[in-house]
Order: sequence, then structure tokens, then C-alpha cells
Amino acid sequence: MSNKTVLHAKHLESGAKMVDFHGWEMPINYGSQIEEHHAVRQDAGMFDVSHMTIVDVEGDDAKAFLRKLVINDVDKLNVAGKALYTGMCNLEGGVIDDLIIYFFTETQYRLVVNSATRVKDLAWIAEQAQEFSVTITERPEFGMIAVQGPQAKAKVATLLNAEQTQAVDGMKPFFGAQAGSLFIATTGYTGEAGYEIVVPQDEAEDLWQQLVDAGVKPCGLGARDTLRLEAGMNLYGQDMDESVSPLAANMAWTISWDDEARDFNGKTVLAEQRAAGDQPKLVGLVLEEKGVLRGGLKVVTAEGEGVITSGTFSPTLGHSVAMARVPRAVKVGDTVEVEMRKKLVKVAVVKPSFVRNGKSVL
Amino acid sequence: MSNIPSELKYATSHEWVRNEGDGIVTVGITEHAQELLGDMVFVELPEVGETVSTGDDVAVAESVKAASDIYAPITGEVVEVNEDLEDSPELVNSDAFGDGWMFKVKLEDASELDGLLDAEGYANSIDED
Repeated sequence: MSNKTVLHAKHLESGAKMVDFHGWEMPINYGSQIEEHHAVRQDAGMFDVSHMTIVDVEGDDAKAFLRKLVINDVDKLNVAGKALYTGMCNLEGGVIDDLIIYFFTETQYRLVVNSATRVKDLAWIAEQAQEFSVTITERPEFGMIAVQGPQAKAKVATLLNAEQTQAVDGMKPFFGAQAGSLFIATTGYTGEAGYEIVVPQDEAEDLWQQLVDAGVKPCGLGARDTLRLEAGMNLYGQDMDESVSPLAANMAWTISWDDEARDFNGKTVLAEQRAAGDQPKLVGLVLEEKGVLRGGLKVVTAEGEGVITSGTFSPTLGHSVAMARVPRAVKVGDTVEVEMRKKLVKVAVVKPSFVRNGKSVL
Repeated sequence: MSNIPSELKYATSHEWVRNEGDGIVTVGITEHAQELLGDMVFVELPEVGETVSTGDDVAVAESVKAASDIYAPITGEVVEVNEDLEDSPELVNSDAFGDGWMFKVKLEDASELDGLLDAEGYANSIDED
């Protein structure tokens, strides 16, 4: 039995092709995934991300608990609304999930975790919370809409009342604020400016329709994947999972080592891996000739074999790009080979980021 | 239900064949096939002059989602390919039975056309998918 988001009927109204996404019936596209991709890079598009899991963490120990739970350090957060991207590791240093944490006060935080990992995340968080004075509350009564693109903020602005306008006025990237019934955050998964808006379920359809009327194009999971890949953002389950260290997933920057006294889950193993320098690494690959790099394909390098974790055709660049896990000795600027359709094809190794704010960063 | 023109012949592997007369047929993939594949990004076509046999994988349609082999639905010599697909692979999506055609074949044996599916037969074959 598949779950439906509160916006399900709106998707069908817009002619969406629906697919199963980890137990949720979600739009893959509304006709052309490439047109949706371009709308986000050039104008404004929106995604139903109501399937994602919102978890509020509150209580006297909320800060101490999160400093233990995740590899980044919520101690960095001291301005209300500031958000932090982080991994949540098991004791073996494998990534259970990646998530965003919003800070309100030292006793009030909001987590947004992946839907595909919801059950195990909630179980892990509950287990880890036992020694702390915290309350963990899932918030399924909200929908969530990501509005992304160079015109996204301007188009959302036409729908906001005075109070909401004031709440988001001048909001820097990676912040969130409660604005009337909406929680509006300057986060996203596309490499473009925009908002992720948490909306009470009974208001979600109206908000979606108002955004359609304001000229925001509905976009499906297909475009969401090509956009995040161009932006070099990891997808849980593809680019990393519990068998992968954050050091091997381009997430080293999310581990905070600043406070040596801080104990966080996975610290011992990650510190050993860091000292040994023995983890593979996640790089970008660029194929300029015909063909599309796909997840699972073998990468052949002078330093040993690797594997493509995510690959696609980049609509913005007009050729294929991929993320691949390769031996650490492989360097940006190297040429390596990918086995495609029984042939070895040369590809360039780059940093795992391809497009930002509508422009190539290659 | 996607469009299945009644004047064409079909293979179960989702190619369509149009008899142009003079022993020449045009080949493409069906609207149903392009719907399954999604936005096309590259189309790799056979060489003009190449001899193809029924069932050979002779072309590749690569979409954002997947690469899919295109099989020769009949035997003969490739006499023309649709060069517009080089720069505009999306023609396969927008006009699968028209501007999105892939290649033309000079038939070795015209009676082979009789062995292909008609529109109704193809419609039944997709229902079974």
C-alpha cells in the first residue's frame, strides 16, 4: 500500500506521471523532465517534498543530544533559524542518513531527514535519545514544497502577507523562519536560490495552486535528480549509505573536529580513518562525447578500480556527468576510463560539482 | 493509451515500420516506447550502407533514464539515416511516428513485412507488458 502526499490530487491535475518512490506515490515528471530542469535553472520550479520527514527535537538536553547524534556540531549554531547540513553516523562510522538541522534555541531544533530512511532514522534517534532529557516529535501534519530557481523568491514574494514578507526579508542562505502558518527556509537541493516551505496540510493544496498561478512550474523527481547531481549534492542510498564513511562521500567537511572533548557517534572510527588516509573519495566525472554515465558502472584508473555512484545526462551542460567513488590517489585533472556498453570510454576527473546558479562551474 | 497509427507495421520490441513503396521502409520507435524511455538525449544510428538482419541491435536510444537498444525489425540495407536526430534527439519524443524516424532500409525480402504486427497486434502486445 503506497503513501500519498497531501498534494497527490494536484499532481494528477497537472498531468503527472506517478511512480513509486520508497513507498510513496510521487511525480517523476509532468511531461518533460528536461523542460522542468531548465525551468529551475532559468526561472522557477517547484517540487512536492512532503514525503520528507520532519522531526522536532526539544528539551533541556536537546543541544547535548544533537552534539552526540550527528557528525557536524550544532554548537556552531547560535543565530535563531540557522541551518546546518550534517551526516548521522552509526558507531562504525557509516552514514545512517544525511539531514538538515534548524536551530531555534538551545532547547529547540528541527531535523529534516530522508523519507526512504524514515523508519530506521526514527528508531536510531529514539534509541540514542534514551540517555538524554529530550522529546522527539515527528511532524507528519505538514506538507513541504521546495520552490527553486532564479525567480523563485520573487514569485513566492507575490503570495506572502506583510508578516511573512518581513520574516523572510533579507534572509541569508541556509536559514529558516516561522512566518505565520508557514515555515520558510532558504535551503534546497538544486544549486539554485529559493525556498523550502513547510505548510500545514490543509493549506498545502492552496499554496501549490497559488504557486502554479504565479508561474512556478511543477517539477518531478526526475528533474530533482538531474538538478541535485549537477549541483554535486549527494543522494542517500546512491552516493552513500551505512557501509560508506562520510570521508568517502565528500562529506569530510561536515565532520566537526573543532571541539576535541566532543564525543559523537562514529568518532573513534572516523578519527582512525582520517589519520590513516585510507578511504576512497567521491569525485566528479565528465564525459564530453556521446553516451550517459550511469550509477554502478566500473571506473578504471591507474590507481585501481572505482565505481560510479550517480550518473546522468546534464541538461544544462549538454553532456553526461557523474559522481564516482575512486581510490584516494586519483586527482582532479586526471583522465580515467569508464566501462560503458562493453567499451572503455575516457572521462575527466573534476571536483564533484558541475553547475551552480544556472552556470557551469567546470 | 498512446497513439498507434493503423497504416504502420510493428515489432514487439517497439519499432514501427512504414512501407514507402519501391522496396524501401522507414523505421522508428513507437510513441509508447518513447513514453517509457522519457526525454531522449542521444540517438546512435546505424551507418548508411550497413546490412542489417531482423533482430540485430542496430541503434541505441539513450534517454535521461536509460539506454535502450533498437532492433532491426526487418532485413536489408540501410539507405538513409535521420541526421536531424544528432542535434535534436527530442524529435523522437515530440513526433515519434514522423520527424523522429530513425533510418530507412531497402528490403531484402518484401514478404517479411507480412510477418510484422499490425496496429491491433501491437496494441495487444503492449497490454501484455
